[in-house]
Amino acid sequence: MAPLHRRLLAAPLLMALLLGGCASEGGGSGGATGVQSQKLDTVRGRGKLICGVDGKLPGFSFVESSGSYSGLDVDICKAVAAAVVDDPNKIEYRDLNSSERFAALASGEIDLLSRNTTMTLSRDAAGGNGLSFAPTTFYDGQGVMVPVASGVKTLKDLAGKPICVESGTTTELNLADRMREIKAAYTPLKFQTGDQTYTAYLGGRCVAVTSDRSQLAAKRTSFPDPQAHLLLDEVLSKEPLTPATVNGDPAWADAVRWTIFGLFQAEELGITKANVAAKVAEAKANPNLADLRRFLGVEGDFGKQLGLPPDFVVKAVSAVGNYGEIFERNVGQESKLKLARGLNRQWKDGGLIYSPPFR
Amino acid sequence: MPSSPPWWRDRRVIPWLVQGVVGLVVLVVIAFLLGNLVRNLSAAGLLLSWRWLGQPAGFDLSESVLPFNAELPYWRALMAGLVNTLRAVAIGLVGSTLLGTLLGMAAFSSNGLLRRLAVVYVEVIRNIPLLLQLVFWYFVVFLSLPNGTDALQFPGVVLAKSGFYAAGFEQGHWHGPALINGVWHAPLRLSVELTALLTGLIAYTSAFIAEVVRGGIASVAKGQWEAAASLGLHWSITLRRVVLPQALRVIIPGLNSQYIGLAKNSSLAVAVGYTDLYSVAETTLNQTGRAVEVILLLLGAYLVIDLLISAVMNGLNRLVQIRER
Repeated sequence: MAPLHRRLLAAPLLMALLLGGCASEGGGSGGATGVQSQKLDTVRGRGKLICGVDGKLPGFSFVESSGSYSGLDVDICKAVAAAVVDDPNKIEYRDLNSSERFAALASGEIDLLSRNTTMTLSRDAAGGNGLSFAPTTFYDGQGVMVPVASGVKTLKDLAGKPICVESGTTTELNLADRMREIKAAYTPLKFQTGDQTYTAYLGGRCVAVTSDRSQLAAKRTSFPDPQAHLLLDEVLSKEPLTPATVNGDPAWADAVRWTIFGLFQAEELGITKANVAAKVAEAKANPNLADLRRFLGVEGDFGKQLGLPPDFVVKAVSAVGNYGEIFERNVGQESKLKLARGLNRQWKDGGLIYSPPFR
Repeated sequence: MPSSPPWWRDRRVIPWLVQGVVGLVVLVVIAFLLGNLVRNLSAAGLLLSWRWLGQPAGFDLSESVLPFNAELPYWRALMAGLVNTLRAVAIGLVGSTLLGTLLGMAAFSSNGLLRRLAVVYVEVIRNIPLLLQLVFWYFVVFLSLPNGTDALQFPGVVLAKSGFYAAGFEQGHWHGPALINGVWHAPLRLSVELTALLTGLIAYTSAFIAEVVRGGIASVAKGQWEAAASLGLHWSITLRRVVLPQALRVIIPGLNSQYIGLAKNSSLAVAVGYTDLYSVAETTLNQTGRAVEVILLLLGAYLVIDLLISAVMNGLNRLVQIRER
């Protein structure tokens, strides 16, 4: 079962390193025209994207009763698949837990990791996990959830109490840091999967469970009695949840990065899933709308520079809508989670969602 | 005058030649694999490095026999995990040997009910995956135990959701479990995670040990039983004094592999939240990103534990073998 499977994950990695030739040489020259990316070619040749997700987190990636995946992280996969292989449904999802996600990416088992992963220095650095991060798709912070009946109001009340946490997460470290700051001894109970963590919490083994606030809110919706649990006001850390690709393939990373920026920019320009076709027609009819024409690929060669079709933004937005639509549908007011946009508003509205110019 | 054959047909040279060629091929393959490993690791910027072992771990452990806090370096965290693993393995070995031997002996009992119960136990337990049993013990059984005053209380022993408490000597005095401010205190305390792990490991391994013991006892010639009976010895004395000493010769090699299995299975602790070596290593791996090094350490640690168990058991085996004069 699962743990054996997990332990085996390291084996192919070691094997690949033992037996693999040094095929990654070459490339390098990549001028304005010849985009060289092994991954981009692999994905296009395969005709589908292999996307690593959580799979058990309502709002971010979750298997619906119909068997299809949905969520904010899933929509990012869909947008990239639409841009690269021209079909948002040609995706193979891999459910990964927090411990196996980086090995899966490093070994090439998945093309894109879109699994509520916090961007950090050591995960980005070549000497650390060596990932290449795309733009942050959800700005989050770490929170703590307790049963209302426990009477716990602040972090200090948790001194000397057991706290459930998923192992292999930044959450685990932040908890240690904050508790050390306030000089409170505590017992961290670490579990390998989110399911085990929340089962132990609901079983009453821990007085609190800590994770990203969005994740806590999402999990709470699936509890037997969501009203009996309370999110503490304290925010323990910054958690920019960010999709990632493997280091060492800048062209593939760029393709993913600008597809996501395209979703941000589309919201800023008021382009939605419903009106994108009309906007394209408008851009085609009016040669004076230079910005819009370039953005939608009516003129210019932005797509080609990235190794993508000229209208990759149109394909992505037609598939999943702009960033605002993705947010509201999966985690915002149209969803069960009802999270406020908060930091995830457009920069013009005081948020952090900001696309560099398409120029 | 007998001419000696040329060297390539010399019986004394050929075996050396063949051995040499095979040895050379093995060396070349190993050199190729190692060279590839180093080349690929350095290409990925992951050349083996052990300096991170000295950096502060920055994470806490839920329980540790060795004193530990987040400021101590990674190697101390891994050591704490190793000691926790050894603790679970040691208790597990003793517990499963006792229970397994009793069950194996019960299979020869003159009491039919006891005999059948032993068979049912072995068949049920050994045919269910260990992971499933651990998850069952922890999430279904132990996490539904009550806490505080409602906890299950036996003379000298308390079983609560927070753990297993037993009476023992503390500062020269005998103390039983006591409830202080709603929290149980006792000289001997096991966390509920360790209790669940031990319950699962002991229940599972003892079923296999029972079969090994049963096989060992069955291997003793029927005449030995009959001879003892004709002397008027009781069933239990026959077993202890006549049959078991002879059965040990068959039992010990079989026990060896069960013990090794138990040590390896202890790494399933991660499923029930016990802080064993594997759990600490996993956290370390995620914090440092040094996957290859951490896995190498893990492989080495379990290999050493198992080789040690093997060495002890082989020594024991030599002691009980028949010495021919």
